[in-house]
Amino acid sequence: MTVVIGKPADEPRPWAAPPRPAWEEEPSRAGLAGKAIALTLACLAILIPLWIVVVTSLSSRKTIDEVGGLVLVPKGITFIAYRELLSGGQVTRAAIISILVTLVGTLFSMAVSVLCAYGLSRSGSLGHRWILMTLLATMFFSAGLIPTYLLVQSLGLTDSYLALILPSAISVFNILVLRGFFMEISQELIDSARIDGAGDLRILWQIVMPLSRAVLAVITLFYAVGYWSAWFNASLYLNDQDMMPLQNVMIQLVQKQEAPVGLGQDIKTGQLSGLAVQMAVMVMALLPVAVLSPFVQKHFKKGMLTGAVKG
Amino acid sequence: MSHSTVPRSSTEAETPEKTPTASGDATGFREKPPAGKLSLRHRFRRDRVLVLMTLPAVLLVLVFNYLPILGNVVAFQDYDPYISDNGIVSILNSPFVGLENFQRIFEDSAFWNAVENTLVLFFVQLLLFFPIPILLALLINSVVRPRVRAVAQAVLYLPHFFSWVLVIAVFQQMFGGAGMLSQLLRQNGYDGIDIMTNPDTFPFLLTAQSVWKDAGWGIIVFLAALASVSPDLYEAAAMDGAGRRRRMWHVTLPALRPVIALLLVLRVGDALTVGFEQILLQRDAVGPGAGEVLDTFVWWNGVRNQDFGYAAAAGLIKGVVSIGLVLAANKVAHLMGEQGVYKK
Repeated sequence: MTVVIGKPADEPRPWAAPPRPAWEEEPSRAGLAGKAIALTLACLAILIPLWIVVVTSLSSRKTIDEVGGLVLVPKGITFIAYRELLSGGQVTRAAIISILVTLVGTLFSMAVSVLCAYGLSRSGSLGHRWILMTLLATMFFSAGLIPTYLLVQSLGLTDSYLALILPSAISVFNILVLRGFFMEISQELIDSARIDGAGDLRILWQIVMPLSRAVLAVITLFYAVGYWSAWFNASLYLNDQDMMPLQNVMIQLVQKQEAPVGLGQDIKTGQLSGLAVQMAVMVMALLPVAVLSPFVQKHFKKGMLTGAVKG
Repeated sequence: MSHSTVPRSSTEAETPEKTPTASGDATGFREKPPAGKLSLRHRFRRDRVLVLMTLPAVLLVLVFNYLPILGNVVAFQDYDPYISDNGIVSILNSPFVGLENFQRIFEDSAFWNAVENTLVLFFVQLLLFFPIPILLALLINSVVRPRVRAVAQAVLYLPHFFSWVLVIAVFQQMFGGAGMLSQLLRQNGYDGIDIMTNPDTFPFLLTAQSVWKDAGWGIIVFLAALASVSPDLYEAAAMDGAGRRRRMWHVTLPALRPVIALLLVLRVGDALTVGFEQILLQRDAVGPGAGEVLDTFVWWNGVRNQDFGYAAAAGLIKGVVSIGLVLAANKVAHLMGEQGVYKK
């Protein structure tokens, strides 16, 4: 490694290796190469399938027929599959449903979870131990699929979007993560706000939440991904095919190889390739997640490590 | 709010606002509640907003996690879903049949097939999935350039956020009958193969999907454990003449041991749950002979065949055995000197 003289020591050089401690051996060339190959292979195993999906979704029927199916090297880009899918019809409706359920569900889950986490975060408050136990116990048992199904049905949630939100609205794990962070906030800060006359809700909104932006972002992402990815409750509780969210439509189109409602004729005879349509639906399902998650990435560790549950 | 501004902590104990007792001592301390000094009524007045805040979550948990426990009575009934649209009315009007459902289950070869598949999958996943995040974490941890590390992590974490529907769709496009692999084979004069519908390799297909989706995500806990090792330990070991390999064996691995133990305990406690959504999505493609596990057995008999009593009985067996497994796994962890999921 060459040392650039005169360069300020604290200038960030994110691509460069930090200086090696004096006691550490120089890494061997073979070792470095092995590491680089292993890491590259691991990343390519994830990226190549995604690349093929994206490129095929952007290919014309002619290109797809020429290569005999999936396209590895793009030859011209066309948005015809997306245009057809998003110009009204089954997939457009499913995408809108998924977006709305995700937005409303995430908002609801976050509100309930943040309130609960704060309510349990002031140690020594009345009954918090009992409430915590009630929540924690659910991590060790499950009532079972059939009783839950019968209950949701009895509550009259069948064929209602509430069935996609309420039964899985909160994750106790997420509440524990939030609570862990709220407990770290200095008691003095909260006390001084209280002296200034702020109530609990206001303290939560104006002091605790702004100080917890990182963990709030992570938990919001967790909940949003949960709603966006969910398909099982919809298959269980919704009977009307027109109410199905995107994931359930994707099962029909890709796994069962059905043509989207209304586009069957175009795929049989026209410019549209059935394969490109499948790929375009897959891209629609992965795009929001792939775009959003890297922004929150540096905080993931905070969202994964609750530490010990403190009384 | 003013009538209930009772201080909750020491720093506020001296404020001249209404304090419940005149003495002005430790009253209202939250960290060290002075036993018996603060009446329940005062604590309620002080904390009722906090209790109210937890109410929505507690209600949701009571309704959707605790209330359905009662529904397990259908396991002891000849439950008739056609009595009423309302499950509770049907439960109240269905005849009890004692242990008949359980008797039928134990004589049902499909049930034992599901048990066998579940256990096979659990062991295959444990052997082939579990070590990969550890190895990946060691690999990432040895990368010192911050930007390379961040990019690699971003790529490795990504599939964790994909839905199972999407992951299986991706696998189908790569390894299905019309997938990339078959396409390449055909172009080179071989026959195409369809891995997605082959029952013999199904456990390995499932494990490959799990690895693709979640192995990257699994490294986070190990990376955190690795980051918590003091560099002084490495330096001291190097001073004492320990090379790369011995530092790995005597410093790095002991740091990972508690995390590995905890994750193993969690995995064993959850042994009977082997990826419900993932398997249900592919059950029909490979057939129930290879694709039926306990959870899908419950789904098939209950939701599909409307034999709710029978399905609930199978679910109840699974639930009870699972609780036993969680407790046993924790016991073993404690005996081995690890903390487990909860403390002794």
